[in-house]
Amino acid sequence: MKNDEYDIAIVGGGLVGAAIGWGIASSRPRVAILDEGDVALRASRGNFALVWVQGKGAGNPRYGMWTLRSAETWEAFAESLQRQTGIDVHYRQPGGFHLALSHAELDRRVAHLSQIQAQPGMPTIHHEVLDQAALANLLPQVGPEVAGGTYSKHDGHCNSLRLLRALHAGFQLHGGTYRADHRVESIVHAQGEFRLSTNHGEVRAGSIVLAAGLDNARLAPMVGMSVPVHPVRGQLIATEKTGRFLDYPVSTVRQTEEGTVLIGDSQEDAGFDTRSTSDVLAAMADRAQRMFPRLARLNVVRSWAALRVMPRDGSAIYEASAGCPGAFAAATHSGVTLAPNHALVLAPHIARGERTADAFQAFSARRFDVPQAA
Amino acid sequence: MFRRLRDDAERVSISVDGRRVDAAAGESVAAALLAEGIERTHASEVRGEPRGPYCAIGACFDCLVTIDGVGNRRACMVEVAPGMSVETQGSKRELTR
Repeated sequence: MKNDEYDIAIVGGGLVGAAIGWGIASSRPRVAILDEGDVALRASRGNFALVWVQGKGAGNPRYGMWTLRSAETWEAFAESLQRQTGIDVHYRQPGGFHLALSHAELDRRVAHLSQIQAQPGMPTIHHEVLDQAALANLLPQVGPEVAGGTYSKHDGHCNSLRLLRALHAGFQLHGGTYRADHRVESIVHAQGEFRLSTNHGEVRAGSIVLAAGLDNARLAPMVGMSVPVHPVRGQLIATEKTGRFLDYPVSTVRQTEEGTVLIGDSQEDAGFDTRSTSDVLAAMADRAQRMFPRLARLNVVRSWAALRVMPRDGSAIYEASAGCPGAFAAATHSGVTLAPNHALVLAPHIARGERTADAFQAFSARRFDVPQAA
Repeated sequence: MFRRLRDDAERVSISVDGRRVDAAAGESVAAALLAEGIERTHASEVRGEPRGPYCAIGACFDCLVTIDGVGNRRACMVEVAPGMSVETQGSKRELTR
């Protein structure tokens, strides 16, 4: 065997590719991750590191179920990563809050969660609606402008940079091969194998998994699939480290284990522009300090932007190619929340080479092949 | 131990951890602290190790102190002023200051 031949090649070394790689390598170590270089868009380095359930599943109850299942296995997953690699990914699940800065915002939030819960096939997602007084009992730091909020016990957070590092370390401890700076230019399927041409030569594999984030839209048609994803820009703010003041993650504000306060969750259509903008950052900072007035004193030390990998309906796409057996694709904006599912459910399924899986039919991009009603 | 190259400047009285210190007009808080023999300004945020002025040009964030009640100011980037209150810090800046 030449050293550029693998049973399975994964295109993409972000959270999705690394989680799938970790899971596959635990049973089939002749697997490679082909990653881009430092110029990659790299959604995994821009995310907010929430493990989040409340609000998920609108329009796709199976996605709500898939999300809940992943959140419920996160703790054991984090423990097994730490046992294997020694890396603590700082997973905590105290439950999480979504805060509203007006009664109208709170009403919209409650209606939204009720609509999601009312869908046929939707699992029961715990949430409580808290008025100002009830909220002040649990989160005494909130300011007077906070009208109320919702709380779900399922929600939590972690350190996503440590998660990415742990998955990469664990993947290589399992025997997987990581190749940096291997951007895949084209893929050819011939004589039962895949040939991937990269800027560092050709790599051959019996099966491939496309986990290339936004680049899946370019790569998937080369192997008979369609993975329509578009970029949604998110901007983030990091403050200087401060003493612990927030024990729970809030959907737009959280404090890391080391003390940094992160402010995030903006959503914009900005094409492939990864620049941050002062107007959006200012709006985010303004909302955050109205939620927690004491934040106003903190210095901002960094702000940046990244592009989410968004399927049209905001859920996830998992695909197995009919025309090129052995080609799979995965695309989602929830690489942190869904990491255990990718590693422990999706990866074994791919490692066994199962092409048709009822379990994943709800996530096929074929769901988009429906004519729009006039 | 640090000493000033020239020591003919006008004196500016500041307080450091409640104690009166005579600084030289025009110098930074970091210079005044070093001249006074105070080399530990705060402790690192995660491991709590002692830290003090290092780069003296605003880049390293190792000389953080609380100035007039505001935490995490870089001592090397702030000029001494009459009556200024400087406090060395524990570890992370507390949100109340």
